[in-house]
Amino acid sequence: MSEPLRIVVAKPGLDGHDRGAKVVARILRDAGHEVIYTGLRRTAQQIVDTVRDEDARFLGLSSLSGAHNHLFPKVCQLLVEEGLDDVIVFGGGIIPFEDREKLFSCGMKAIFGPGTPTTEILQFIEQACEVSGSGVGENGTWHWESSA
Amino acid sequence: MDLELVKSAIDGERRPLARVLSSLENRNLTLDEIKNQFPKIFEDKVSDSWSSIAITGAPGVGKSCLIDKILINWSSMGIKTALLAIDPSSPRTGGALLGDRVRITATDNDEYKDLIYIRSIATRKSSGSAPLIVSDMVEFLNAIGWQRVIIETVGSGQSEVRCAAITDRIVVVEGPARGDGVQAEKAGLLELADAVVVNKSDLPGAEQHASELKESFELGVGQVPPIMLTSAFTGDGIEHVSSTLLQLEDSGRSNKAKWRERLLAHHERKILESDKLDEILENLAIGSTSIEEALKILGDD
Repeated sequence: MSEPLRIVVAKPGLDGHDRGAKVVARILRDAGHEVIYTGLRRTAQQIVDTVRDEDARFLGLSSLSGAHNHLFPKVCQLLVEEGLDDVIVFGGGIIPFEDREKLFSCGMKAIFGPGTPTTEILQFIEQACEVSGSGVGENGTWHWESSA
Repeated sequence: MDLELVKSAIDGERRPLARVLSSLENRNLTLDEIKNQFPKIFEDKVSDSWSSIAITGAPGVGKSCLIDKILINWSSMGIKTALLAIDPSSPRTGGALLGDRVRITATDNDEYKDLIYIRSIATRKSSGSAPLIVSDMVEFLNAIGWQRVIIETVGSGQSEVRCAAITDRIVVVEGPARGDGVQAEKAGLLELADAVVVNKSDLPGAEQHASELKESFELGVGQVPPIMLTSAFTGDGIEHVSSTLLQLEDSGRSNKAKWRERLLAHHERKILESDKLDEILENLAIGSTSIEEALKILGDD
């Protein structure tokens, strides 16, 4: 059996809603992965430090407060600055479709809105492992087209 | 082999350190290989007292919050501390939710964050509150300059003593109102404790529980371990516990028991790492092999 993936699920900024993050953490756990949950209200730097120290392959960011356009790119930028180029970053929450292109251009590989089937997130994880250059700083062109 | 990675970790880089720990955990790299290549770093003892300590106790007594306060205290003294926080893996899917970081605030302080390394670890296939591989991780962390390593075990019950196999010292955390005086007299984990902390002293019943524990230890053999009251919530008693733990002596009551746990842990690892394990489990499940036959096959490896 291959080793479980290590995945950090994080809540950046002042947003206090983590039902979604917990559901995602739970489905990843039930799919056999090791999920590290950061808890609420983390700064971009704290999230990057956690990803580094936990040797995570994936980082999932959750935001429902509308601050994603500020916080998600900041996390991506710090990851690259600290040499964590190969970490695969995805996001979820209340994120309008018109905002998503910009987030993809920062290196994020998927954005999932409310109503996404949980199986779709697992399919994304599987596919992102196979696509080369899907790390946040690796300039790959592929990203996941989500249904919601 | 990841020699470059090991070298960068020795030089103090954090991501290579995290990678090396993963390699050890996944068994892509063994501690012996590191020792062969870099014997020098293992020569000096980093601490004249203990170097690894297990913090254990039932779920919900406040282990994580207490550890957070201890990390803050030790960091303020400039002590480099690593925390290996262990949570259980699902026996069904192998997945795990590692949530101990949620309670940690010590790393929020920019002055302290370089003095603290936190790593969440899942028990994976091993039974018990701490997998044996953790002892290799501890040795490597000690060798590259992390002076003290705290192991936060899975929240454990009365009889969980596996952590004795991997650490120099054991601290048992208790809470107030943990049943009547008879609970304090029961055999198990408490007998191996080098110190006992009764947390949540701001709640009623903590002092009484501490004195029941003290009476129980006084009836036994050997010296009575320190029994301390704290409230991780208000901060009461934290300074005393932090300084006492740094100087904590081996209670000496548990040497044979520790070796018993080590022996069991190594034996278990041998079984869990066997190539034949999956096949044997399947045969056991369909009834084509008996337990006796299975043990014989595994023993022949």
